[in-house]
Amino acid sequence: MVNTKVSLSGLTLDNPVIPASGTFGYGYEFANFYDINILGSFSFKGTTKDPRFGNPTPRIAECDSGMINSVGLQNPGVDAVISEELPKLSKVFNKKVIANVGGFSVDEYVYNCMRLDKEQQVGIIEVNISCPNVHGGGMSFGTNPKDAALVTKEVKKVTTKPVYIKLSPNVTDIVEIAKSCEDAGADGLSLINTLLGMRINLKTKKPIVANKMGGFSGKAIFPVALRMVYQVYEAVSVPIIGMGGVSCAEDVIEMMLAGATGVQVGAANLVEPYACKNIIEALPGAMKKYGIDSLENIIGGAH
Amino acid sequence: MQQGIFNIVNNEKIANDVYKMTLAGDTSAITAPGQFINIKLDGLFLRRPISVYDYDSENIVIIYKVVGKGTDILSKMKDGRLDVLTGLGNGYKISDDSKNVLLLGGGVGVPPLYNLAKKLIEKGKNVTAVLGFNSESDVFCEDDFKKLGVETMVTTADGTYGIKGFVTDAISEVSYDEFYTCGPEPMLKAVYNATNTSGQFSFEERMGCGFGACMGCSCKTKYGNKRICVDGPVLVKEEIIW
Repeated sequence: MVNTKVSLSGLTLDNPVIPASGTFGYGYEFANFYDINILGSFSFKGTTKDPRFGNPTPRIAECDSGMINSVGLQNPGVDAVISEELPKLSKVFNKKVIANVGGFSVDEYVYNCMRLDKEQQVGIIEVNISCPNVHGGGMSFGTNPKDAALVTKEVKKVTTKPVYIKLSPNVTDIVEIAKSCEDAGADGLSLINTLLGMRINLKTKKPIVANKMGGFSGKAIFPVALRMVYQVYEAVSVPIIGMGGVSCAEDVIEMMLAGATGVQVGAANLVEPYACKNIIEALPGAMKKYGIDSLENIIGGAH
Repeated sequence: MQQGIFNIVNNEKIANDVYKMTLAGDTSAITAPGQFINIKLDGLFLRRPISVYDYDSENIVIIYKVVGKGTDILSKMKDGRLDVLTGLGNGYKISDDSKNVLLLGGGVGVPPLYNLAKKLIEKGKNVTAVLGFNSESDVFCEDDFKKLGVETMVTTADGTYGIKGFVTDAISEVSYDEFYTCGPEPMLKAVYNATNTSGQFSFEERMGCGFGACMGCSCKTKYGNKRICVDGPVLVKEEIIW
């Protein structure tokens, strides 16, 4: 028997596989396909203080081995998430979830975290300071070590649950920002968010997505994500949730060898609704194949 | 909504750039006309959402136009198996109140109206269909509708076949108490303005997943934000915000 259990800031997960925010809704769409209680946990759709429609459509463009999205944090707002989405979610998922929090100001991040910190089913708060699809917020906090530290520090003051900061890859040095968040009290780090990208429609000769640019995700970004997890692992001592292009059990193992404790699966869920289930079921076989008894033991093993 | 492996039974060209494909597999997840399927193709990241033309307990028939890489690959497939998500979207609702029903389809907006027409005829309704195309070489499915007993008119924008003009140019003489439509957005808008009964509109949007997870295809309606893939593709006239 192989052991797939991992521990994230005191939270024990049956396996490291976690659907990434924005690719799994609030879980119940996927509960139509399979029993989502097999997941380690999952990170729900990024939540802002007020309801947001997000960006104009089209919001999606295809790429080789990946896709661009410019959804722009569409969500019903923190009140509706707490009063409507979480109760529905608790009917299909009985484990702790990761609350993904967005914001446009430090005050907003603080408010949203404070509200979600009181929710029993929330095990970890993942603060998204790296959304590439919203102006005047999101990524601007994630591209500057001082702002990243400020958000982290202020959020930590109002929360009792572990706080993970979700980092942007669209920076000169992700390690500097990771260290800055750790110094400011982050309990862990999630990386990477999507890479800013674009596609142009050859017929109209204009960008395909209405917002012109969007976040590039999917298989194609795996090597970039892996490299960043590897670099950040060398520089920090807090746990890392690694993500970016993960689409099979072998990718999960690679991510963990690079330094991830938890591994999120994003775009793969959108093209293969059973992606996480398939990965979880394939993990023990892949572990045996590579002589791994316990996943906990391989974290950072490539260093 | 369900995932299944389907065998390609047939795939033939029926009009300019337009193909008809028959798939065999488990169709039990389809619950209404106007729903769509989402097809995985080797070498492409995203699935391709395509509306269902007709279905029974064993087969799904789709009619699609080659508009890009995905539909081009699909058009060249003669046999083999496809990974398909079925039963996606809300589909058209058939009401008990209406007697005389008008169907308005434009181009590849015509196919989802076919199985709907079948169901409406089964319900004993009088069905009139106006099928709009650009030109004579684009026309398809006219006889299929006629064989069902649907009063069928064809319009072409250039006047090379049927009535010259758009679908809305053919409806002034038709009496109807409900309508259903699918087609490009400018056509849907024209239909919205040219009709004065209740009606159902099927919309198209670029999708990520096709089953409600990614929020890629959202739109605003009078009843709140909706996702075209799960809360649509069919919206009722009263809720549409252009």
